[in-house]
Amino acid sequence: MGKYKFLEHTADVKFQAFGKTLDETFISAGNALNETIKDNIGVLKKEKKSINVENKDLEGLLYDFLEEFLFLLDAEGFLTSEIQEVKINNDNNGESYKLKAIILGDKAKNYKFSNDVKAITYSEMEVKKGKEGWICQVVLDV
Amino acid sequence: MVEIKKISEFEWEIQKEEDMNVPVRIFASEKLLELMKKDQTLEQATNVSKLPGIQKYSFVMSDGHQGYGFSIGGVAAFDLDEGIVSPGGVGFDINCGVRLLTTNLNKEKILSEKKEIIHQISRDVPKGLGKGGVIKITEGDIKRILEKGSKWAVEKGYGTEEDLEKTEDYGCIENADSSKVSERAIKRGIPQLGSLGSGNHFLEIQEVDEVFDEDMAKKFGIEKGQVMIMIHCGSRGLGHQVASDYIKKMGQKYGFEKLPDRQLINAPIKSELGQDYLKAMRGAANFGFCNRQLIMDFTRKSFKKIIPDAEMKMVYDVCHNVAKIEKHKIDGKEKEVCVHRKGATRAFPEQPIILPGSMGTSSYLLVGTEKAMELSFGSTAHGAGRVMSRTKAKKQKHGDEVRRELEERGIDIESTSSKGLAEEASYAYKDVNEVVKVSDEIGIGKVVARLKPLSVMKG
Repeated sequence: MGKYKFLEHTADVKFQAFGKTLDETFISAGNALNETIKDNIGVLKKEKKSINVENKDLEGLLYDFLEEFLFLLDAEGFLTSEIQEVKINNDNNGESYKLKAIILGDKAKNYKFSNDVKAITYSEMEVKKGKEGWICQVVLDV
Repeated sequence: MVEIKKISEFEWEIQKEEDMNVPVRIFASEKLLELMKKDQTLEQATNVSKLPGIQKYSFVMSDGHQGYGFSIGGVAAFDLDEGIVSPGGVGFDINCGVRLLTTNLNKEKILSEKKEIIHQISRDVPKGLGKGGVIKITEGDIKRILEKGSKWAVEKGYGTEEDLEKTEDYGCIENADSSKVSERAIKRGIPQLGSLGSGNHFLEIQEVDEVFDEDMAKKFGIEKGQVMIMIHCGSRGLGHQVASDYIKKMGQKYGFEKLPDRQLINAPIKSELGQDYLKAMRGAANFGFCNRQLIMDFTRKSFKKIIPDAEMKMVYDVCHNVAKIEKHKIDGKEKEVCVHRKGATRAFPEQPIILPGSMGTSSYLLVGTEKAMELSFGSTAHGAGRVMSRTKAKKQKHGDEVRRELEERGIDIESTSSKGLAEEASYAYKDVNEVVKVSDEIGIGKVVARLKPLSVMKG
């Protein structure tokens, strides 16, 4: 089984992402988003960025994590090549989740790509633990 | 499957069940209704009917299809005291809309140059994907843009006063407040002002292919054979971020556990958060108007590089993702309500309605009616509406083949993405002729003219 797969959706892009651990599943989801943005073009690993987000629930955490890639692209012109690391901690006695990630990439202006993902949505969003690991589902507004 | 009652040839109803506040009213032909049944359009419209304070009906326009939270082609009006406002009912691309321009040229005049014109436009109108500053603006400028919309552009010399008169709300929705728009949204907006974006956004050179209502066409300044320009885009990352920010805030404050879909997150209209969203959303809508105004100005200059005596005047600019406070008649009484239009166009009497078709197919110019005021809170459809997923569309044909077929029909195409062409191919959309027919037959938007593409620039 691949780390993510795209599913049918009339208007938008819907995917499921998988992993043995929650950290790995979030990396898979980030990879699915980045494939949607830039197809499979190769991007150099010239710059390092970190992502820090916090949310009360896992769906919210996934939403915030994925949105960071859109923000970095729009506001800072940063295109992701690789998600090097994701670490999720359950803090405040389980009251909230904290995510730290390290990503590598380059200036978007050096590349030709054309898919603008407008937003992450909560529509049909799921993050759940299965028998063999974790699975999440996301619909992107494109 | 829920029971759908036939009201007339083009009107259908899902009757009110116990947890619905109003019935669902669908404008569709039998053919279009069948398509809606295939995805979650009707379930989503039913979810909307359960929201507090909704008035009369949860509407689905003739181009309706599955969206996120609210369906696309959805119209819902809410009581100002009892009702809610929902960022998902407006959409992420706040003030996504369409602008239509006339030219003083006939199709024959540009046949040999149209390829060069669209090529020039594609060089001068940025797509703005991670490419940085399109025009130089400061944070002070952006605050003015959020509150003044297209007026800012005209003050800076991008376009004329006449353009403002031909824009919905004169290119500026009042009561916008830039302080309600986050720094994060502004940071996403600054590098993208004056850019088209991608996906279904486009810029087309078209010809008036057929006029159905001579009087109205004359009023709008158009005639058969005339060359036109159509621009479809929205508020870019700024609008998307405003929606996202308020979905988060509303979720934290009001929760989402009881909602059938988390994307339906909302706040009472009269609450502070509800009001803040409306003020920020108006700001994003103004950014969208200003964005189209700039793109139009770049286009005019670009066109003139090839044909110096070209004159380009606006027919109109409509916004099809928005929530507005409007007066409507409910149970015989005039009442202020908050009308959400998500992939739906305002259709007030005498107002031009621009309905873009899918790539390579016809677009339409319609006019709003009194009937729309009675039936649909002054609203009609906004385009063809997708029918096939992007994944499936890509499997049908390669983008290069889609391009070749368009070129064989004499349509020039400027696009950097072969994948984008495949995803946006016309077979992925509903038949726009059918969508328009329903609007025209019911009378919520009467057809004036049909426009045919000559050259296309895809975002």
